[in-house]
Amino acid sequence: MTDAAIDIRAGAFKPGTSDAEIEAAAAKASQHRRRTVIFWRVAILVAFLGLWEIAARQAWIDPFFYAMPSAIAQRLYEWTTEGTSEGPLWYHLYVTMEESVIGFVTGSVAGIIVGVALGRNRMAADIFSIYIKVINSIPRVVLAPIFIMILGLGLASKVALAFVMVFFVVFHNAFQGVREADRAMIANARILGASNWQLTRSVIVPSAMSWIFASLHVSFGFAIIGAIVGEFVGARFGIGLLINIAKGSFDAAGMYAAIVIVMVVALGAEYLMTMVENRLAKWRPQPLHETQ
Amino acid sequence: MAHDKTTPAIELINVSRRFLSPTGKSLTALRDFTMTVERGEFVAVVGPTGCGKSTTLNLVTGLASPSAGEVRVMGAPVKGIDPRIGFVFQSDALFPWRTVIENVMAGPLFRGRAKSDATAAARDWLARVGLSRFEQHYPHQLSGGMRKRVALAQTFINGPEILLMDEPFSALDVQTRVLMHEELLRLWSQAKASVVFVTHDLEEAIALADKVYVLTAGPATVKSVYTIDLPRPRVVADIRYEQSFINYSRTIWADLKEEVETSYARAAA
Repeated sequence: MTDAAIDIRAGAFKPGTSDAEIEAAAAKASQHRRRTVIFWRVAILVAFLGLWEIAARQAWIDPFFYAMPSAIAQRLYEWTTEGTSEGPLWYHLYVTMEESVIGFVTGSVAGIIVGVALGRNRMAADIFSIYIKVINSIPRVVLAPIFIMILGLGLASKVALAFVMVFFVVFHNAFQGVREADRAMIANARILGASNWQLTRSVIVPSAMSWIFASLHVSFGFAIIGAIVGEFVGARFGIGLLINIAKGSFDAAGMYAAIVIVMVVALGAEYLMTMVENRLAKWRPQPLHETQ
Repeated sequence: MAHDKTTPAIELINVSRRFLSPTGKSLTALRDFTMTVERGEFVAVVGPTGCGKSTTLNLVTGLASPSAGEVRVMGAPVKGIDPRIGFVFQSDALFPWRTVIENVMAGPLFRGRAKSDATAAARDWLARVGLSRFEQHYPHQLSGGMRKRVALAQTFINGPEILLMDEPFSALDVQTRVLMHEELLRLWSQAKASVVFVTHDLEEAIALADKVYVLTAGPATVKSVYTIDLPRPRVVADIRYEQSFINYSRTIWADLKEEVETSYARAAA
């Protein structure tokens, strides 16, 4: 939305129009555009929820399976005010977040370290690449039962699953980012006097950072998937458990309500991540706006 | 090891350099290459595109080693990266995530100088290249010429005794390039470094250098050496209209042209 350039159409201004007038017209046009975008976004959401509600009430779709927005809202309200059948909602949310965050942090730190280390060492990369490919080919969620068997129903098994979900994505990008580091820049640092460690720390890692960040964006979502899948398979607390119980009691509204909660959390995390990235990447060129 | 002040700054003695191509074939970039750069001398190396000019510089830095022959810096054989050497790259080799002053400070900090010390030195060098106002800018916020000035400050702050330059100004527009030539000659006359300046621009080579090496089409070897006897200090913007400059230009171009044509014919074949 914000990076769209605003064109001045040919013939829109008579010769001799001042810059101030052009700028005022451009500001007006950009505001108008922003409003239109917001209007349509809200309109589509309202139409979607409205249609769902009507379809369910008119029994076009079976509310037993598809629930309806009002029932979902009702369930969310109950959960937040009275708690769920398994105890307070906040505690479940806290447990899932704890698993996701620990898995995310440890998985990305390990991914970055291993990615950079292998990226810097061609021999090690050649040796280990085959194993990484093999392990990477395992769909991660099939590990859930194994982790639960080994690590039990508690925190550890979910963290382990979130960890493996995150690790490979971050590892891959860190490795690629290191490989793509500019050769002239590396030679420059070495001639300026950088030791191997200084080179890694102050040239290789920063230049791989935009690659790494790209993976961090998606991998928090993966960490949540890991935690929730782990909870499906076996847990005493967590949003995944709530979904599982709702499924067991054919409570469609409960399932959708849990999904809404996860959605909100994931969006919040994405927003935070973008903020951190923008702060760290202030050296990057900003897109230039035409007449703004 | 001979460390008296009379040994040349750089000697390449019968150097060859071979590469292995990705398909496993051996390619020769340099063949029986011999060059001597005296202390404080400004040497320009010209040759057809892709003939192996840059390879000569990499051999001197120690980033590459010769397949045969010997490379000596200040009288001693090259072993690894020599801290007395500075290098200015053709492409933008600044660190884009660092501000201008952090870029200039990089060398001293890598070499273990105290931060306050490095900051003061960086301020001084930024003042010398006229960029004091841009200390806190990031490289992408500067023009190409300004970025090159930062690169010069970044290199000169280490006090190099030998300065290697690999087509440093080839990406700049003509007017900016002339300004950078003046800037470089000014810094060089203060620093008293020995310079090897690789370029494909013959006029640039003549305007700057004491000696011009003409290389053959690859595998490169020295075809001829010309001593440029133009008085210093030179005003680069004006010098190219002087008769003696034009004479040099004509003579050396006649020599270089054959190699350029050979190289061109080969590329077309």
